[in-house]
Amino acid sequence: MVVQTAARQADVGTSNVPGEETILSVNNIEVIYDHVVLVLKGVSLTVPRGGIVALLGANGAGKTTTLKAISNLLQAERGEVTKGTIEFNGDKVQALSSNALVQLGCIQVMEGRHCFEHLSIEDNLMSGAYTRKDGAAAIRRDLEMVYEYFPRLRERRRSQAGYTSGGEQQMCAVGRALMSRPEMILLDEPSMGLAPQLVEEIFEIVKKLNEQEGVSFLLAEQNTNVALRYATYGYIMEAGRIVLDGAADELRENEDVKEFYLGVGGEGRKSFKNVKHYKRRKRWLA
Amino acid sequence: MDALYLMFVDPFVQMADAPDFFLQVLWEGLVSGVLYALIALGFVLIFKSSRIFNFAQGIMVVFAALTLVGLYEMGLPAWVSVGVTLLVMYGLAMCVERVVLRPLVGQPDIILFMASIGVTMFLIGFGEFVFGGENKVMITEALGIPTGAIELNPFDGFVLIEEKDLTAVIMAVLLVLGLLLFLNKTAMGRAIRALGDDPQAALSVGISLSQIWVLVWFIAGVIALATGIVWGARAGVSFALEVIAYKALPVLMLGGLESVAGAIIGGIAIGLLEKIFEIYWGQPLLGGNTETWFAFILALVVLLFRPQGLFGERIIERV
Repeated sequence: MVVQTAARQADVGTSNVPGEETILSVNNIEVIYDHVVLVLKGVSLTVPRGGIVALLGANGAGKTTTLKAISNLLQAERGEVTKGTIEFNGDKVQALSSNALVQLGCIQVMEGRHCFEHLSIEDNLMSGAYTRKDGAAAIRRDLEMVYEYFPRLRERRRSQAGYTSGGEQQMCAVGRALMSRPEMILLDEPSMGLAPQLVEEIFEIVKKLNEQEGVSFLLAEQNTNVALRYATYGYIMEAGRIVLDGAADELRENEDVKEFYLGVGGEGRKSFKNVKHYKRRKRWLA
Repeated sequence: MDALYLMFVDPFVQMADAPDFFLQVLWEGLVSGVLYALIALGFVLIFKSSRIFNFAQGIMVVFAALTLVGLYEMGLPAWVSVGVTLLVMYGLAMCVERVVLRPLVGQPDIILFMASIGVTMFLIGFGEFVFGGENKVMITEALGIPTGAIELNPFDGFVLIEEKDLTAVIMAVLLVLGLLLFLNKTAMGRAIRALGDDPQAALSVGISLSQIWVLVWFIAGVIALATGIVWGARAGVSFALEVIAYKALPVLMLGGLESVAGAIIGGIAIGLLEKIFEIYWGQPLLGGNTETWFAFILALVVLLFRPQGLFGERIIERV
């Protein structure tokens, strides 16, 4: 069903669907915080160019850490990738600074939005263009583009970001990332704390950006239901490992996923005693 | 009754009696005020961008002034010395970034504060080692700063404005305006403000911490040099100059550690108020020399009522 052969996964150049080009590949990485806390225990995933891939799992599964490892933001939190490699467009990520990585087209939208609260919405967006060298005219054009995608941001362009609503801040964070002309956006919990319609709205925009601008997405989500409707492929994490992966529609039909993450299926209510934990599938040491 | 009269009536009577003298007092307050504002700005920029309360700001003033005078004494022309001193300050900024800030990324604030004390100690030792510990005279004339005085005659009296004070004010105002323009109109300035708001997010959008830190510490160096020149011209160049930087502390408490506008307004307000208090209340009632402590008491009172300072950034909380 969803389990792939070790040989296929280990081959860095291939993606989940044969014939597609890989933009990001994470190969068996291990992350340690503060030299002692082992958070990721061998995570591998690939994102095809132009794809939307979802990284799912409960709190503390390691989704955010995975994304931060990819965008090289762990250092500031005293985390470290101790094993494995991450390649973005063929470049080894660990050798790059986070700003070089943004320049190469890989940018993260952090969990909890992280807008610059005391800056206006427009200044927030403009700060996303920090790494660009292609001139003010091109940056202005992209600002217009962001306003096209997020008309609400245009209305609030002069407001301090800290005083805008949660949805507007999430839009601002995505728009800010767009301003760097990314090829790939790592989107961490875009649905956090937002009303269901707003979540839908944000995901619609993600889809539009993916189709119209060709931006690839890796999104970490707890909202499995929504994420699997918009993504093409999904990985499920538990306790620092990937326990299951597969095409989104297959995952949606998977009995275990239904039971654990979608809250449907199974016969009647079950006690937590019966909840099974996934063991890591043998994929690397076959 | 008498004491009350002296406290609440007499000073104002005097002010009204001799408006020209009052203007003179205001002017002198303004001169120190803009300098306080300038130094406070140096603190604010560094605090905003790297969360360090930069204890070394004061010694940077001394170090810059010493370097300038030292280079001049070595035979370099005055303006070349200024250029070289700027280079030295840039070098210092790079060293601080490389040796102190970068290895300490993500450490608690107090560790960074201690590190800035370390920088202070180093600069004291290094400055003395290279330029010697004795007092020097600022090369005011060589730099072309006029030393005459202008006499004005408002209200049939006279106000004496020293030209070097005027130069100081003009220079400080230009620097402050330049900084404001830089912060608000350029991409780099926007990045500095962004970094002050949310360092993590700034990193995530590709703002380079190293670049900003070097830049901000260099700006602090330029401010230190400017202050060193004008304050040195009034008081001589010695390690005692360091004290002027600590005058910026009450300014920061008053204005808020994070507010550029607060630093400017706070600086000027403290300069004016401490002068007025000294002349009209301090000298007749308290035996003078109130300038050394007045600002701190004022800051204390402000802190009692507004812990974030008068202009500290409102803490935005979503409810």
